Amino acid sequence: MSGDSTQGHSTQGHGTQGHTVADFRPSGQIQFGIFFQGVNSGTVWKTPEAGSQTDFESFRRIAQTAERGLFAAFFLGEGLRLREHLGRVHELDVAGRPDAQTMLAALAGVTDKIGLVATQNTTYNDPADLAHRLASLDLISGGRAAWNIVTTDNAWTGQNFRRGGYLDHADRYTHAEAFVKVAKEIWDSWDDGVIAGSGAAESWASGSGEGHVFARRVRHEGQHYSVDVVPRLPRSAQYRPVLFQAGDSPEGRDFAARQADVIFSAHPQLEDARSFRADLVERTVAAGRHPNELQIFPASEFILAPTEAEALEKKAWVRSQQIGPQQAIAFLEQFWGTSLSGYDPDGPLPEIDPVVEETSETRGSGFHGARARQLADQWRAEAKDKGLSIRQFVTAQSARRDATFTGSYQSVADHLAEYARDGVVDGFNISPWLIPTGLDDIVNHLVPALQERGVYPTEYRGSTLREHLGLPVPARD
Amino acid sequence: MSGFLILEADGAGSHPAAWRASRTAPAAVLGPEQLRDVALAAESAGFHALSYADGPLPEGADAQARLNALQRAAFVGPLTHAIGLLPEVDTVYTEPFHVATQLASLDYVSQGRGGWLLAASDDAREAAAVGRSVADGDRRRAEAGASVEANRRLWDSWEDDAVIKDVDSGRYLDADRLHYADFQADLGDGEGYFVKGPSIIPRPLQGQLPVVAPADLVSEDGPLSPREVDAVLVSAPSLESLRPRLAEAREEFGPRSEGGPALVAELDVVLDVRGLSAADRLAALDAATPWASGRARFVGTAEKLAETLADLLGLADGVRLHPAVLDTDLPELSALTLPLLRSRNLLRPTTPGGAFRAVLGLERAVNRYSTEAARSVAAGTGAQA
Repeated sequence: MSGDSTQGHSTQGHGTQGHTVADFRPSGQIQFGIFFQGVNSGTVWKTPEAGSQTDFESFRRIAQTAERGLFAAFFLGEGLRLREHLGRVHELDVAGRPDAQTMLAALAGVTDKIGLVATQNTTYNDPADLAHRLASLDLISGGRAAWNIVTTDNAWTGQNFRRGGYLDHADRYTHAEAFVKVAKEIWDSWDDGVIAGSGAAESWASGSGEGHVFARRVRHEGQHYSVDVVPRLPRSAQYRPVLFQAGDSPEGRDFAARQADVIFSAHPQLEDARSFRADLVERTVAAGRHPNELQIFPASEFILAPTEAEALEKKAWVRSQQIGPQQAIAFLEQFWGTSLSGYDPDGPLPEIDPVVEETSETRGSGFHGARARQLADQWRAEAKDKGLSIRQFVTAQSARRDATFTGSYQSVADHLAEYARDGVVDGFNISPWLIPTGLDDIVNHLVPALQERGVYPTEYRGSTLREHLGLPVPARD
Repeated sequence: MSGFLILEADGAGSHPAAWRASRTAPAAVLGPEQLRDVALAAESAGFHALSYADGPLPEGADAQARLNALQRAAFVGPLTHAIGLLPEVDTVYTEPFHVATQLASLDYVSQGRGGWLLAASDDAREAAAVGRSVADGDRRRAEAGASVEANRRLWDSWEDDAVIKDVDSGRYLDADRLHYADFQADLGDGEGYFVKGPSIIPRPLQGQLPVVAPADLVSEDGPLSPREVDAVLVSAPSLESLRPRLAEAREEFGPRSEGGPALVAELDVVLDVRGLSAADRLAALDAATPWASGRARFVGTAEKLAETLADLLGLADGVRLHPAVLDTDLPELSALTLPLLRSRNLLRPTTPGGAFRAVLGLERAVNRYSTEAARSVAAGTGAQA
């Protein structure tokens, strides 16, 4: 056991006042999570080693590999409508994936220690139902469940649900926070130790209230929904699911600082990551919490090889698999809003102007609101300036958002050790570019190199995700 | 004609006081060990499927906790190899889009052994939990019918070969083989909802998961017709009334040869165990809490139960057993009743890797969007399922 410096602080989370920024303690360690995305352009499918994205064996193999590598958590993404491109289902990237909680319940049976994180939307779920399902997953897994909270205000997604699109963009965090508070109340509603020890007891469970009441009723009347429920499950071995959140806007960061246990927005450059940590420490303290109570696990990609040269060569190959000629054209098409199939991917950017003022949200909210024509002018100028073809330009665009660690096992281990020493992050949430063998080199080579440097766990700390992360037991809300 | 047996495996058993008579501690039903142990025991005994109840539990001294049924089924999916997994999933207070993807996922994690035990809740507690009004009789049937149709369309929204992984064209999917569900639900009184689709998961391994519905949700001229479900649960308050009820149901829902659903008789079971008579066991349990299930009940020896089941399997395609206390009655069923039925060739063999559809005598479902060429391929794989 090492890296227990976060254990020194209060074990009572919420409502603890009087913490300062100076209370933050670097753990000296990093951990890993794996983010099985399942719908993206980052997962390579064109190579023969790429396996099925839906077969249970793919999930079992990669989850068990992660567990062998002492990963803290296994994440599944969620998307509630298939992405579209120019009015049709987008064809070029991996798509189609199992429901997160159903898959994680199955993985709970074939893993022992690894945390199981379900990305679940607050807009198109009901709070009582979602909280109950997460509590079930938490009990079935022996206290290993977590919820990666995502929000949407996307009416296009809403077409798959009874509510339809009902939420204004400005309201989404307000709504999400009210939702999370209800979920926490539901998880906190049972007193501990109320279930009878044997069948000889007077009742299955006993509480202080009248009529064998052992669970507090949870009521909420909000702008968008009302909840009135007597929760059906007791607390788990880790008390309640761990909460992850990826907010990066000021509102998102504040929401995480108040409600989440782990944030995983990507800030790939060390200096940027350092200021992100400093900002979150401030916000967490301002929310009345100990600064170590909100951990950082940025989303990352790793491209590793025995030597630097091989790693760079591998990266070029991975990128060529991720952004082929069709992907490069499609990338521009989503901003131009029209087919560009007549353009040569190895030629200059299209001279025609985009046909839409605003880009569509059907490829995800990241592109929403970009002013297409202005962007096109800017991009054409930049490509011309640097002499880039469509393909080169799109590859360069992707590199700007690149959260990739590339290098030899030893050099990347040295680099990560620097993050660990300074407490810049608590870990990395790795999106493998290959399924299901994409963690093999990390677990077989990088993890031992990190362990040699004393910056990576050599065993699981306990049996629950909360224990692996060294998070305090949450106080009841 | 051989039949199939489904074991209802919720909690400590179907009797509300089962927790008092179980050898395991009451909280154990909320942990993974009990789930795993019961599933493995049932599979090893040769049961064809496990069902898991869901929804709010009774209040009072027996008030208990209950895990989500679909997650329980998913948990035991990779741990078992031959048994069908039939979670109860509500149609009224759930989103059809979520239900369709969760059930399809169950099919993936169980290698094609998933099924859907349909429920349409009229429970005020479930309505209040999601801030909606209570569904009455007609509304329940309308919700159930709409949800089944939405699910079936979403399951078919990916053709079987929609994932093409064509490196030359750079296409992972063929968008022509994906279809919008564009489902408009009519729930009466001008109410309804819309589901766009396509699903976010490829077509389930079985094509369509078998849908098993309580008889009261199914009617020839209702929102959920017998041809839209694969099996119907038939219940009557006594064994004597169950036999004519099964004959009526066959009449009402149509013969199997003409696409009528399989009939599943519902039966409570209390057995003589370890020198205790079933009647005494039941009396002791009922003294704590009377068991008012509304189902026919068998109380007696494991051997006599085999005779009763042999009789019922002449009238129904399968029987769902509701053991009073799982850890007491299941070992008797495993050691005595099922072997007796098997020795008389009254039980279908269970097949490792076999689909749950095959248990119901169904081939792999053909996709409504398939071309003729694809239909013959699907028929070919169906024969192997």
